[in-house]
Amino acid sequence: MILVRLIRCVLVVFALVAAMPAAALSPEQIGKLVSEDPDVRIEALNAVAAGDDESAIGFLQALAEGNVQTSVSTKKIVIVVDGKGTDATTGKPVDALPGDLDEVVANNVFRRELAAAIATLQLSSKDRAVRLAAAKTLQDETESDRLPIVERAIGKESDAEIKGLLERVRANLQLNSKDKPVRLAAIVSLGSSVNPNTKTILLEILAKKGGEFAEPDADIRFAAQKSLAEVEGRLATGERIAQVFSGASLGSILLLAALGLAITYGLMGVINMAHGELIMIGAYTTYVVQNLVRANAPDLFNWYLLAAVPASFMVAAAVGMVLERGVIRFLYGRPLETLLATWGISLILIQAVRTIFGAQNVQVENPVWMSGGVELLSNVVLPWSRIVIIGFSAVVLLLVWLALTRTRLGLFVRGVTQNRAMASCLGVHTGRIDTWCFGLGSGIAGLAGCALSQIGNVGPDLGQGYIVDSFMVVVLGGVGQLAGTVYAAIGLGIVNKFLEGISGAVLAKITVLVFIIIFIQKRPQGMFALKGRFADA
Amino acid sequence: MRKTGPGALFGTRGWSGVIAALVLICAVAPLLNLGVPKESIFHMSDFSVSLIGKIMCYAIVALAMDLIWGYTGILSLGHGLFFALGGYAFGMYLMRSIGLDGVYKSPLPDFMVFLDWKAYPWYWSFTDHFWYSLMLVVLVPGLLAFVFGYFAFRSRIKGVYFSIITQAMTFAFMLLFFRNDTGFGGNNGFTDFKRILDHPIFTPQMRMTLFVLSGLALVGTLLLGRWIVTSKLGRVLTAIRDAESRVMFSGYDPLWYKLFIWTLSAVLCGIAGALYVPQVGIINPGEMSPANSIEIAIWVAVGGRGTLVGAILGAFIVNGARSWFTVAFPEYWLFFLGAIFIAVTLFLPNGVVGLISQLRAQWRDRQGAKAA
Repeated sequence: MILVRLIRCVLVVFALVAAMPAAALSPEQIGKLVSEDPDVRIEALNAVAAGDDESAIGFLQALAEGNVQTSVSTKKIVIVVDGKGTDATTGKPVDALPGDLDEVVANNVFRRELAAAIATLQLSSKDRAVRLAAAKTLQDETESDRLPIVERAIGKESDAEIKGLLERVRANLQLNSKDKPVRLAAIVSLGSSVNPNTKTILLEILAKKGGEFAEPDADIRFAAQKSLAEVEGRLATGERIAQVFSGASLGSILLLAALGLAITYGLMGVINMAHGELIMIGAYTTYVVQNLVRANAPDLFNWYLLAAVPASFMVAAAVGMVLERGVIRFLYGRPLETLLATWGISLILIQAVRTIFGAQNVQVENPVWMSGGVELLSNVVLPWSRIVIIGFSAVVLLLVWLALTRTRLGLFVRGVTQNRAMASCLGVHTGRIDTWCFGLGSGIAGLAGCALSQIGNVGPDLGQGYIVDSFMVVVLGGVGQLAGTVYAAIGLGIVNKFLEGISGAVLAKITVLVFIIIFIQKRPQGMFALKGRFADA
Repeated sequence: MRKTGPGALFGTRGWSGVIAALVLICAVAPLLNLGVPKESIFHMSDFSVSLIGKIMCYAIVALAMDLIWGYTGILSLGHGLFFALGGYAFGMYLMRSIGLDGVYKSPLPDFMVFLDWKAYPWYWSFTDHFWYSLMLVVLVPGLLAFVFGYFAFRSRIKGVYFSIITQAMTFAFMLLFFRNDTGFGGNNGFTDFKRILDHPIFTPQMRMTLFVLSGLALVGTLLLGRWIVTSKLGRVLTAIRDAESRVMFSGYDPLWYKLFIWTLSAVLCGIAGALYVPQVGIINPGEMSPANSIEIAIWVAVGGRGTLVGAILGAFIVNGARSWFTVAFPEYWLFFLGAIFIAVTLFLPNGVVGLISQLRAQWRDRQGAKAA
């Protein structure tokens, strides 16, 4: 019994809520809106939209959703939701639905008009998100009658983004005006737009139809031409910024991938074909840390990277040191054999990861603060994850540089690299230095993997894609040169992205490889060749 | 460095081995496969014919690798590319001879119909002629190797640097062939071949013919290799491997020696590829992946570098193991292959052939000690 009353109570409240907005419209208006005559309906709709009566939205939405029904016999207009009726004019619940209810059918034209009208009314909403969505809906609106409302909305609007969108709507509406100065002004204002769609609008004005210009007025065409040039210039600048950014981003990734190699290959002369797999291990360590944090401390999930970064360094470094002790140290001075043995290691590591984690890619999620991006222009969005990685690689580079130049280990590493026998005579434990040095290089590969897991797929084959690239970076930069590695990585990244814009990704990559092959012919020692006696060693 | 000089190649025993192999390939195998009824235990199954035929092609590649790496000391990571280029060159002929029997009944290959191409691109011209495409099989890898080698050797790029840039070249070509617009079928490559010289391709007779041809090519390559390494040219090559500077100081220009053996090696790979493709019925850019090229080196290392016979042995051991593993324990194949890479470089620097001669020497010493 109580339950039934409760349900009835809820239903009444629901019906009231559904009915409330409908009461704001006068019965005649509602009558016209459901009229059979399409012209009457649209006229009524425009009249409603021209007002700023936000409460009319409810009925319009009900119309758009096809919930409004009319009864011929009782002349009633009822909003029916889930079988419960509300009288549209009075806002009172209808207990007994008339038998001859008929849905008010909205054709496509009317639907479009409805959407625009709702959006127009929503422009005065207090909710920023609603206004933003409304302004976006109105982007393709051409009905010049809406102009005063949009003008009013622009006047009231305080949010820059919505205002920008609305200004574009205004220009668009003005273009359809019959007044020539209004149109000219609109075209000029379009010239300052950053929206890529503006270009299409302007091109439409300049288009030819069957030998004749679509726009008969030469002045307007001239103005459009000028605005078009401005817009295109701005879009091109945006694209160039985007290219430089994605080049820098690719460069920073290449740098991270190659930095470890610059130490193991560049300083120690070890051809480590398993370097890519150390990167992969770093990425999988990140994955494991992510899962551990999610399982044990879900509140801290946003900060799991703080644990993942050192973990991926340590795990990759440990694997690297085991490899050095177990295999590589027996092959010093035999680079070709080292190449084959480390290739074998890479096969084993790939298969091991496949056995443990499966052959499928695993999911590594970005923390919330790394998702999204900075919108510079409407066609240029710089994702946070990539910005963070650029910063991260700079920090790693700085740390490596400090480690090599400011620490005791770095001193020993440099000493052993320059003259092993002499370093040994002076009491440096060269074998141990080799192990630490290799561990450092491998650990940096692990860091690269941690970074890569944030922007790409993590799978057992992750490392294979980077090994050729990283060797190219090290070889191009010059063996034994950290600075060379940095320039080569960033240079290659940017060149690659620019070529991609011209010729597509694959051809760009091929061009870069061919360029490097030719470059090495000319300068086999890389960009920053060592000079003097040391160069022969 | 290694004691396996020219004298160790082919004594009387070696020659009889070569002749035995010839007879085996040309007479025994066809007889066992086509002549002996299926129920008999002497019957050679179609599977083993195609497997051995395939491995013999690999063995030719291994021989080519031994010439350039084992004898001249240049580790190429581009031999998979030359192999695939030879395969593609002959594959073009095979594609053309499908004629109107493709899925779309068009004179163009299916993948071109798919791309809505109306005519063959220029580099496909004349490929419907058998002899022309055989010429391409030799010329394409040969020319590429010659040009690449000329510039690389002229700038005295050697050692690991050379290996890495050959790998980059292979990688670049793989990317190029993966594109559909390159006109070689994108990542599907060439397949669905129907006939060679108007004979249907998937008959037991054709399989046997290709098998015998591969075997003869292998023996031919072995003899050619022996002739080269025992000639004066071979001595210079070995000298370049062991002390290139001294060779230069003695008045030789290593460029042309290296270039010759490098180009020859590439051509041999191309021929092997051309024999390989009709036997397996497919060629795609996967053959060009850097991993395949590195694997060729391990065949040679397993058998024993600088021995020629070792290369053949290595190709058979590794590929035989692969076909057994991928059936019995597919998950463990990469572990095993990786372990071979490590074990051979660490413990068997002279490969199986080196191990055998070492064991034999020990045995002889013991016999000598007993006799004394």
